[in-house]
Amino acid sequence: NWVMADTGVVETLLRLIEKVDDGVDSLEVAASLGVDHQVIVGAVKSLQALGDIISAELRSSKHWELTEEGTEIAEQGSHEARVFSSIPLEGLAQSELMKLSFGKIGFSKAMSNKWIRVDKSHEGGPRIFKTVESIDDQVREKLLLVKKANTAQLEEKEKNELKKRKLLSEVTVKSYWISKGISFSTTITKQETELTPEMVANGSWKEKKFKPYNFEAMGVAPDCGHLHPLMKVRTQFRQIFLEMGFTEMPTNNFIESSFWNFDSLFQPQQHPARDQHDTFFLSDPALAHEFPQDYLERVKKVHSEGGFGSQGYKYDWKIEEAQKNILRTHTTAVSARMLYKLAQQKFTPVKYFSIDRVFRNETLDATHLAEFHQIEGVVADYGLTLGDLMGILHQFFTKLGITKLRFKPAYNPYTEPSMEVFSYHEGLKKWVEVGNSGVFRPEMLLPMGLPEDVSVIAWGLSLERPTMIKYGINNIRELVGHKVNLQMVYDSPICRLES
Amino acid sequence: MPTVGVKRDLLFKALGRTYTDEEFDELCFEFGLELDEITSEKEIISREQGDSKASGASDTILYKIDVPANRYDLLCLEGLVRGLQVFKNTLEAPRYRRVSPSSGEPQKLVITKETAAVRPHAVAAVLRNITFTQERYDSFIELQEKLHQNICRLRSLVAIGTHDLDTISGPFTYTAKPPGDISFKPLNQTKEYTATQLMSLYKTDSHLRHYLHIIEDKPVYPVIYDSNGIVLSMPPIINGDHSKITLKTKNVFIECTATDVTKAKIVLDMMVTMFSEYCSQPFTVEEAEVVYPDGKTYKYPELAYRKEKLSSEFINRKVGINESTEKIAQLLTRMCLLSQATGVGDEIEVEIPPTRSDIIHACDIMEDAAMAYGFNNIPRTTPRTYTVANQQFVPSLFLGHSCPLRQIVAHLSSLTTLCHHQVARTTLLPGLLKTIAANRKMPLPLKLFEISDVVLKDETKDVGARNSRRFCAVYYNKSPGFEVIHGLLDRTMQLLEVKSVRGDGYHIQAADDSTFFPGRCAEIFVRGKSVGRLGVLHPDVINRFELTMPCSALEMDIEPFL
Repeated sequence: NWVMADTGVVETLLRLIEKVDDGVDSLEVAASLGVDHQVIVGAVKSLQALGDIISAELRSSKHWELTEEGTEIAEQGSHEARVFSSIPLEGLAQSELMKLSFGKIGFSKAMSNKWIRVDKSHEGGPRIFKTVESIDDQVREKLLLVKKANTAQLEEKEKNELKKRKLLSEVTVKSYWISKGISFSTTITKQETELTPEMVANGSWKEKKFKPYNFEAMGVAPDCGHLHPLMKVRTQFRQIFLEMGFTEMPTNNFIESSFWNFDSLFQPQQHPARDQHDTFFLSDPALAHEFPQDYLERVKKVHSEGGFGSQGYKYDWKIEEAQKNILRTHTTAVSARMLYKLAQQKFTPVKYFSIDRVFRNETLDATHLAEFHQIEGVVADYGLTLGDLMGILHQFFTKLGITKLRFKPAYNPYTEPSMEVFSYHEGLKKWVEVGNSGVFRPEMLLPMGLPEDVSVIAWGLSLERPTMIKYGINNIRELVGHKVNLQMVYDSPICRLES
Repeated sequence: MPTVGVKRDLLFKALGRTYTDEEFDELCFEFGLELDEITSEKEIISREQGDSKASGASDTILYKIDVPANRYDLLCLEGLVRGLQVFKNTLEAPRYRRVSPSSGEPQKLVITKETAAVRPHAVAAVLRNITFTQERYDSFIELQEKLHQNICRLRSLVAIGTHDLDTISGPFTYTAKPPGDISFKPLNQTKEYTATQLMSLYKTDSHLRHYLHIIEDKPVYPVIYDSNGIVLSMPPIINGDHSKITLKTKNVFIECTATDVTKAKIVLDMMVTMFSEYCSQPFTVEEAEVVYPDGKTYKYPELAYRKEKLSSEFINRKVGINESTEKIAQLLTRMCLLSQATGVGDEIEVEIPPTRSDIIHACDIMEDAAMAYGFNNIPRTTPRTYTVANQQFVPSLFLGHSCPLRQIVAHLSSLTTLCHHQVARTTLLPGLLKTIAANRKMPLPLKLFEISDVVLKDETKDVGARNSRRFCAVYYNKSPGFEVIHGLLDRTMQLLEVKSVRGDGYHIQAADDSTFFPGRCAEIFVRGKSVGRLGVLHPDVINRFELTMPCSALEMDIEPFL
């Protein structure tokens, strides 16, 4: 623990800072206290951990330092100076001089400085003599300047020459510029990190100082679950329907007969939607085997001959087509079953809804899968009008935050009138289709046995499209299916459709 | 929805005025059409085949207009213009008349009994003294194509053949022969082929190959001859070259062969009502006789006008408006349904012309009144329907796990190449494991659950199958975490108020299941009944899903709790 071990240094440092107006450099402090720079750095760090007692700004500077050889020279003189002083008046045999550690380098330097001469013809081998009385050891003096940090008195050229001789090196030093912090004080107390049960129990928290929190940091992520966006949006739609008094239909039957999916809805057997290219037919169980017989006969009649005020389609209606099992292409098949059931009792008005999967043999792309969720609303009552359908759609879409609606005439085999619902998109600055709607045809309702003056209005939309818009998802594969992006699931916010 | 491409300037010329794109779009919207795209031939070619191919193409602006699937009378420029002009009150709907030939007998088409095996019906008519221009001719050909694509169900229900009557001579015979016995020079070919040769010739034809299957497997093929043995057509594949229509053609013989006679009559009515406009006596069509094998004779085209009576109160009540009988009669007249108040109460007599085969019930008339009134002019009202809402039970199992929703796997006998799945899913586990495999970059542990329906065969249901709601959860981490999955089961049961006891509550007991690691699998019993399994997945299973960590899983039936 730095604070404990170096309290002395920390306190000394704080007193130094107290005395100056601006601040101190950590390197200078180390030099003046005669301690290693790292000791001061440690003191700075521990003070920083306590809050804003000091402010420390990291600085870096370059400076010159003596190498090992340079240090030796500064202490003992340059090699050539030492050679000079080794030579007595009577001279020295060259072989003797070369035995000295500095002899070889010092000899050539002293020679070029003309401090010494060699008498090669001397008796007993070459002998060295001084040529001058005294010398000026400039190298040593320059290095001494560097050692005393007076580098400024040296010229660049001189420094580079010494660097070349490996006597000097240039180093980068990091230091702190230390000044008073907002809560500067020369006395420091140890700060507690957290409140403990003991402090609460014995009241010692009153005397303690607490380490400040870093509010910039993120908290710890809670260990929680995440609902899929499609589920969140579905919940909102269910909520809207329930608020409007709609009852949820049981839609747990993905496999449906063509009879309930198409024939009961007055969709002719040659209709393109009943093609293999659009619908998934089942191979096992391939056929449905049970139908309400009376009702089936009425459906057959209205298709092939007409009746109930209709001309019919006038074609040869075949039970074999009606029996074919498929994956339902719309939840309207469920609505048909529910309305048939309703017709078997004394009629009471109903409002139904469902949100569940439907299946289409579509070309797959970024916005289409072979299955999607259909949202459907149905109202059956005496005397409902087209104006009522538009009114209820207005209420429904208002709850979704969509208030600007208009309606386009459209075609659908089982509704008449049929209307496409458009809303004005403020971002795109144009009308975009948001759903389909219509009044169920008498050829669908009357064979079921519903009273003649009962109208049934209905509308539908997909769950995926509003979800993709709401959560900004461009590729449906990221939303639905096993390639779902779990990070997107984790990150997606709650769903409020009206905002 | 069929899309009709028309040249903008030609359309405006025929409409007698010009519109801005926005104005025309608005008009379409009101009339139930959709101006889908504004383009040009050049732009289309450039988009489909590249800029280099488009260099010589026309810059003429084309409107691509989406037409409702039941409005065959709007599938060509002539029909669109007529519909819009009547709608805008600038034209009275024409009256279409069937007339006898000015001299001599009507053209006769005799059906032989052999056709019963392949394509038993035919209808026919003659357009006299017609004047084609390039544009009219193109539209004439294009309408046949649009009808073939839509009401004719790719020629399977009805096929249209049009001929230069001056190159052939009646009576005509519609018969069926073995393909080897039929030989003629087909449209735009230079030599004769037998029907057998033609079928192989057209195997590679990008257009015609789609129709071959309609007759390919039949022992006999349909064929129409003139009195000199010249082949008019081999429906529904190709016409003969001999009788082909040119810009110079003055008299047109139209035949439609069919498996559905109702649709054949509609198709013939559409062809003649649209193009009789260009006859020397506009909107008249010369009749033709069709003789069936039993000797019965029919005159075509039917061009039937049907009268319906309804009350203005009915329309007001269904639409939610309050208009006078006269006003409603005017609205209907603007939809090509000539109407007038009969003077008996609020009764209106509505005449449905042969062009409006989509009008089959009073509700269709009501819709047209609403369209002419303008859907967006109808006051929006709130129904007074009083109901109490109920919901299906959805168990709220918020257990601290992610819920990826996954597609049900379905599939079946469909023949398309789009199908990747062969069966409806019967278990949820593979989907969750695939989800993990697709999200391997996510930090561990991964804890996923799904509550969804699977499909099971069930003889007691009318369709032979039923949905069953499942709950599946997986835990994927460096250690298998059986205790985590087990704890999830305990918590689920606690929320569902099922106690941990044998008999009345729930318990688990060791089980063998090749999906799980030996000795690490248990069966879940609720009130004595097995509802599912949990355990540590077998390493082979983990590997096959391209996963690398141990994994424990739970899957159970939750139907008993719904």
